[in-house]
Amino acid sequence: MPFFLKVAFRYLTANKAQTALLVSGVAVGVFVFVFMSALIGGLAVFLVQRTVGDVSHVTIEAPERGAEAIAFDNPSLQLLVRQRSSSQRELLRTADAFLPLIEAMPEVAAVSPQVVGNGFMLRGEVRAAVSVTGVDPDKVSAIANLDNRLTSGTTELTGSTIVMGRKLAEDLGVQVGQVVRLQSDRGIERSFMVGGLFAIGVEALDSRAAFVSLSAARTLFETPQGLSRIEVKLFDLYGADEVAKRIAADTGLDATPWTANNAQLLDGLRAQASSGNLIKAFALITIVIGIASALSLSTYRRRPEIGIMRAMGASRWFVTLVFIVQGALIGIFGGLLGVGLGYAALSPFPPPELTSAAGLPVDVRQGAYGLALLLTAGAAILASILPSRAAARVEPVTVILQ
Amino acid sequence: MSSEPLLVVRDLIKTFVDGGVETPVLKGVNFSLAEGELCALLGPSGSGKSTLLTIVGLLAQATSGSLVMLGRDLTSASDRELTEFRNAHIGFVFQFHHLLPDFTALENVVFPAALRDGRETSVARDRARELLVRVGLEDRIDFRTTQLSGGQKQRVAIARALMNRPELVLADEPTGSLDKESAQQVLELIAEISQAERTTYLISTHDDAVAAKCRREIRVENGVVK
Repeated sequence: MPFFLKVAFRYLTANKAQTALLVSGVAVGVFVFVFMSALIGGLAVFLVQRTVGDVSHVTIEAPERGAEAIAFDNPSLQLLVRQRSSSQRELLRTADAFLPLIEAMPEVAAVSPQVVGNGFMLRGEVRAAVSVTGVDPDKVSAIANLDNRLTSGTTELTGSTIVMGRKLAEDLGVQVGQVVRLQSDRGIERSFMVGGLFAIGVEALDSRAAFVSLSAARTLFETPQGLSRIEVKLFDLYGADEVAKRIAADTGLDATPWTANNAQLLDGLRAQASSGNLIKAFALITIVIGIASALSLSTYRRRPEIGIMRAMGASRWFVTLVFIVQGALIGIFGGLLGVGLGYAALSPFPPPELTSAAGLPVDVRQGAYGLALLLTAGAAILASILPSRAAARVEPVTVILQ
Repeated sequence: MSSEPLLVVRDLIKTFVDGGVETPVLKGVNFSLAEGELCALLGPSGSGKSTLLTIVGLLAQATSGSLVMLGRDLTSASDRELTEFRNAHIGFVFQFHHLLPDFTALENVVFPAALRDGRETSVARDRARELLVRVGLEDRIDFRTTQLSGGQKQRVAIARALMNRPELVLADEPTGSLDKESAQQVLELIAEISQAERTTYLISTHDDAVAAKCRREIRVENGVVK
């Protein structure tokens, strides 16, 4: 063992109670760091899950076209244009060609081709506006996890079944197994049997949304070919911006990431992360001050010994190393203890995705354990620089002659 | 045996300056020490004995003059060179032993060699054990120094001073804090080792018994050697 290491160890173990207190102080700081990392990370996951967990991460639509000029009478300077439909977007007519390309992207978890439109649901005298989404029967839960939000029935879609929001069903006074009539904005009317009811917790969806099979939607909205949109779910929703750019570049279609419509949520998450970073920075500063003051005290107390060491031939560098190593050891042991305590305290918490509304959404996976350890060791070394320099400046003659 | 003196001090002046006031302590000291000498450094309190000892021990710098040891002029050596030279060639025994309290007797003795080698080697530990046996502490080798008596601590300090086989050992009132019996034992030990190893000793003392054991006296009075 290098001799400077032995001397540093000996100094630390000479006063076990003091060293234990110091290491505990560092551990508490590291615990705060780890806990804040897990809490801020967990809160972000929780909020994102609650707000955008059931929406498309990237939505692909046909590029919008401006109003179309249909006549331009030069002598009278009259411009005739056809106003765009407010309810019908352009269709993705060549979507089939792009689907395999998008599905093959490694970031993509699921792809849901859809035909969407508006209409009215009719049940006796009751009439309710409805937003209808036609999906592949095997992809009902590809974007919004309806299976998990089902309150009754099933999400299985056939050509004659419909899955709708529970609030909508209540408004219409229907239950699973009963029949409703659906009239599309194209004037086409069809009967469906209610297959399942869901409650997502978003009023707009629970009181207006209905899902039918893609083939039924094609009939209702007179769309025998093409798609209204393609919704894409990603493994990492924070990669949406990048993936959307690539899809747009590869296909020439409009690809909109979820972040484009949730700027406020992102701002909130950023502000939350900044607050967390501030608290973590204060935890680190506390560690630095604690170690620096303890080592400064130790340096002062050991001045005579340092003088003797110097008289025996210890270089200034040796003395510096002894005190820096003490700081580093305190940082490493305190860091390990704090990280261990943090992990132990966070482990019983469920993942934030499964946290109830009243629970604490901490994410044990986001404890930033390695970073905490690294920063603590760095902070501890930084904290020991001043005391070690003071120790190295001790002149042996001043303490020997005292 | 070399005919050259081990240590030559020429025109050594040391003046302390405090708040613009100059206080001359050494006013042109000249002397030399031969190999194996056992020399007492005598003089009244405030005569400059301790200052002279710290300069000869390379712990403080003279204002002017020269100090040559083992043929090497150390007057303008760097701090690093002086530190290395001190470790290799000079041993210290202080009045209050100045042992390291968190280390055992053996670890204290092995310390200078560990500083030189960068670690505690088995060779150094064997040598330290030998020295502790020689100073009569074979049954205290692994004791913390806080568990030793005053006389035992001073004997550990002597063993530590000899660890790196220095040519010169400087002792500042080595028996000053000891009872009469312990002081006698320490003196006999120093005389015996000096004779056996031909190590040069310069012992600063007020004690006539110590001076009587030495074969030579250097008397400092009013900043000069008389």
